[in-house]
Amino acid sequence: MNTGMNFELNAPASIAEVVEQLANKTGARVFSGGTDLVPNLRRRIGTPPVLVSTDGVAEMKSVDLQGDHLVIGAAMPLAQLLESDKLAGFPALLQAIAEVAGPGLREAATIGGNLCQDTRCLFYNQSHWWRKSNGFCLKLDGDTCHVAPNGEHCFAAYCGDVAPALLVLGAEVRIAAQGKDRWVSLNSIYEDDGRSHLLLKPGELLVSIRIPLKAAQWRSGYLKSRLRKSVDFPLAGVAVALRLDNRGISHLRIAVTGTNSRPLLFEDFSVVPLSITDDLALSAIDREIGQSIKPMRTTNLPGLYRRKMVAVLGRRLIEGLTAPTGKNGV
Amino acid sequence: MASIINLKVNGKTQEHLIPDAMLLVDFLRDRLGLTGTKQGCDGGECGACTVLVDGRQRLSCVTLAKSVAGKTVETIESIETKGRLSRLQAAFHEKLGTQCGFCTPGMIMAAESLLRKNPAPERDEIKEALSGNLCRCTGYVKIIESVEAAILTGEQA
Repeated sequence: MNTGMNFELNAPASIAEVVEQLANKTGARVFSGGTDLVPNLRRRIGTPPVLVSTDGVAEMKSVDLQGDHLVIGAAMPLAQLLESDKLAGFPALLQAIAEVAGPGLREAATIGGNLCQDTRCLFYNQSHWWRKSNGFCLKLDGDTCHVAPNGEHCFAAYCGDVAPALLVLGAEVRIAAQGKDRWVSLNSIYEDDGRSHLLLKPGELLVSIRIPLKAAQWRSGYLKSRLRKSVDFPLAGVAVALRLDNRGISHLRIAVTGTNSRPLLFEDFSVVPLSITDDLALSAIDREIGQSIKPMRTTNLPGLYRRKMVAVLGRRLIEGLTAPTGKNGV
Repeated sequence: MASIINLKVNGKTQEHLIPDAMLLVDFLRDRLGLTGTKQGCDGGECGACTVLVDGRQRLSCVTLAKSVAGKTVETIESIETKGRLSRLQAAFHEKLGTQCGFCTPGMIMAAESLLRKNPAPERDEIKEALSGNLCRCTGYVKIIESVEAAILTGEQA
């Protein structure tokens, strides 16, 4: 069958070779599991002449304890991470990975690919002829946003499940490029723009993710709203990590996905430390998050419903994690 | 751009010159004539194209054929033995897990992947393993019962 795709696919065996190809081959893009990229390329969302696969890089397909961190290679398939006992201290991460797509997709999809997946919108994730008949859109090939026609901002939503879990666990990511190699906070690689939500520059590669081992002292969990129990992207997803002391919640982090063009992390709440998790305190937390999230009509349920679901899921998690049995998540 | 790939499909070594952008489902169906693997939604959402790559379930419609070079691929055609149905195939036949049949190869390969990892899964584990496979006929109950019947056959064997 003619899929309309045409590119060169290379699978080098080292990080150095991957970044060398990304730097020197015009228009080259990183290819990881391909579960987000391949359906998009078939819809002519992008026509990269070269794809550079990370599947052959052994260093990017391991999970190791290194000093005070757990280091996860970006090319690790999600299904294999679920089978790793090294993630046991991070319930939010395991719960988020288990919620990604369905079992067949998780075998191919990688953790790095999940963090870097494209933003999504009803008017974008469509075939070329569908988008053409609609005059294309602000995100690609067009000049009007069909979600907010009077604006000049693209509201396509970031819908990765794993990023919010890693954000509340304080994860960092290793970014490599030719002659450069650095660790940065995961929170710093995103911006709230549906057209270019990733701040990685051309030629940069997300190599690995590290989680501080002390994050295992936090109680954490992830919950997701979706129409079907499998396959679907989140309509809204919430990760919570918190620490308790003898007075109540001493530290609280909440991250939200599916509502904006980036995953959002909240960690400075005016009501925390919190002695009693009563309705008043939870409403204050809802309000603080509600001021920042902006779910638009980018998916099959309205923004208002998804806004409410963020509050519902956040409360469910906080109540579950503060219950006596909450240590292992909810 | 085209490349020569070597891989093992259903026990047989294959060497082919293919476009780098060729999908695994097209390689299996169009090049090798293995039309048991079905092309459904064509976007990784229905599971009809499920095959095994190195023994684990994969969706061949979102997998590039070149990306499985050097690996072992198994399709629905490989799981009978000398004309005898596998225990999963026989159970789907006997317990009416198949109606129109379009989703069946994908269902059986996803179930096969599960049973290789976990020979005695609970009902919830079966539901989870098949949750990426859609069926428009059966309502799923007969499919789950078929997998459970196959597990019992395995225990008696």
